[in-house]
Amino acid sequence: MDWDTGNAAWMLMSASLVLLMTPGLAFFYGGMVRGKSVLNMMMMSFGAIGVVGVIYVLWGWSMSYGADVGGVFGNPFDQFGLSGTLSVDGAPVPGLGNYPQAIDVAFQVTFAIITVALISGALADRTRFGTWLVFAGAWATLVYFPMAHMVWGGGLLSGAENGLAAKIFGVTDGAATVAPIDFAGGTVVHINAGVAALVLALIIGKRKGFGKEPMRPHNLPFVMLGAALLWFGWFGFNAGSAFAADATAGLAWVNTTAATCAAMLGWLATERIRDGHATSLGAASGVVAGLVAITPAAGAMNPVTSLVLGAVAGVLSALAVGLKYRFGYDDSLDVVGVHLVSGFWGTIGIGLLGDNVGLFLGGGGKQFVIQLVIALAAIIFSGVLTLIIGSILKATMGWRITEEVEVGGIDLAEHGESAYETISAGSIIKEVRA
Amino acid sequence: MSKLVTGIIQPHRLDDVKSALEAAGIRGMTVSEASGYGRQKGHTEVYRGAEYTVDLVPKVRVEILVADEDAPSIVDVVVGAAQTGKIGDGKVWVVPVDDVARVRTGERGDAAL
Repeated sequence: MDWDTGNAAWMLMSASLVLLMTPGLAFFYGGMVRGKSVLNMMMMSFGAIGVVGVIYVLWGWSMSYGADVGGVFGNPFDQFGLSGTLSVDGAPVPGLGNYPQAIDVAFQVTFAIITVALISGALADRTRFGTWLVFAGAWATLVYFPMAHMVWGGGLLSGAENGLAAKIFGVTDGAATVAPIDFAGGTVVHINAGVAALVLALIIGKRKGFGKEPMRPHNLPFVMLGAALLWFGWFGFNAGSAFAADATAGLAWVNTTAATCAAMLGWLATERIRDGHATSLGAASGVVAGLVAITPAAGAMNPVTSLVLGAVAGVLSALAVGLKYRFGYDDSLDVVGVHLVSGFWGTIGIGLLGDNVGLFLGGGGKQFVIQLVIALAAIIFSGVLTLIIGSILKATMGWRITEEVEVGGIDLAEHGESAYETISAGSIIKEVRA
Repeated sequence: MSKLVTGIIQPHRLDDVKSALEAAGIRGMTVSEASGYGRQKGHTEVYRGAEYTVDLVPKVRVEILVADEDAPSIVDVVVGAAQTGKIGDGKVWVVPVDDVARVRTGERGDAAL
């Protein structure tokens, strides 16, 4: 077989870029917490890499893209351990873009990893590491893989003949007449993780002192470094979702940049008007909000509508982070405000601004209705299942560290380490004792 | 007998207080970071769009051991150098010290100052 080596090279590069996003996220989140709990925050991202990377090989791919079970998930035993996935009878199995399917596995595992890691931002400073690791495996299995199957694997939230969209506006040539659009994971990644973060924040409860003390980031340069790594990796996320080194990948790259730049300015303008300062934390957060919003839409927009989509995302997310204070849930690092809100906006924004399909661009209202239905269905699915998993873990392993440990800093108690060894009275006394 | 003069002052006045004390013949002092509040009751700050009251404001603590008779004039020196006339300038107080020893020589009392 003649493989398309250009596609193969780009997709291997894309998979590597997306994998880099999770350590990037560790810096983004790690900088935002207080110095006494930065290691735990970063370890939650690294822990997600470990757990999800292992189970993806065993049953994750199979549950996402294996033999369909009721339109909800793939049979985990169909391609357990990637059997029959990489090669059949000694010949490599072809993937989506005329390259070996191993590259598709590589690309998809990185999405599962980052989605789980994103949730951890809501759990800062107060969550037992062991419970988090168990949650990561359970949530990926019961929520992420089914969601990936439903949206991308031909299940209920896709444009398949038996899907939700087909039931609303009918079927043409064996597929939904108006198919849902989720280019790179607005539903599967961002709405999914954002809802899970909200549910867990409610189950686990607030940090001690939430709402009374500001809990400012201990290292804003980390936050900006993390945002930069996320942005760089996101080119693999979005442009890689073309599954080819082609014009769609190029368009997705340009749209990703356009939306992100506009979102950063939107966030900064909102801050400047509301609080009097345009902050570095706002710039980094605005970048992520823009990246999130354009994720589902990167292939459905043009660069000018991407600017509009991004700018609105920046303003909406900047305003949305205030909701946690109004409603009293401690979404510590604004996973809900950034990922759920901008992910939802990007998903339904396609129905308004999508080229030839959006309400404002001659597409009528059908795409908007489909996008809204898919987004809401994903919110309900993720919300209910996360509630069940989170509640069972609360009753069995328990989520919270003790108040004493929380005040003293989770790093030392959970990991036996502290991020910054400075010369202080404490360390001198310890040396004398040793 | 000796006295301990302790001043809680605005961090940006430290250099002036230090120079004034040197000019007044004081050869040693202890400086540490402190935080606290007085009548002004801290300030508000905005983070992520939410307003917080921050009670504890950064201050600097200056401690000087002096002979009994020097204490009132040293208080005047510190107050004079630290004063800006704005709220939050701080406080200076004097407490008696039972005994003082210089660790290097073992000298006691005023000889150790």
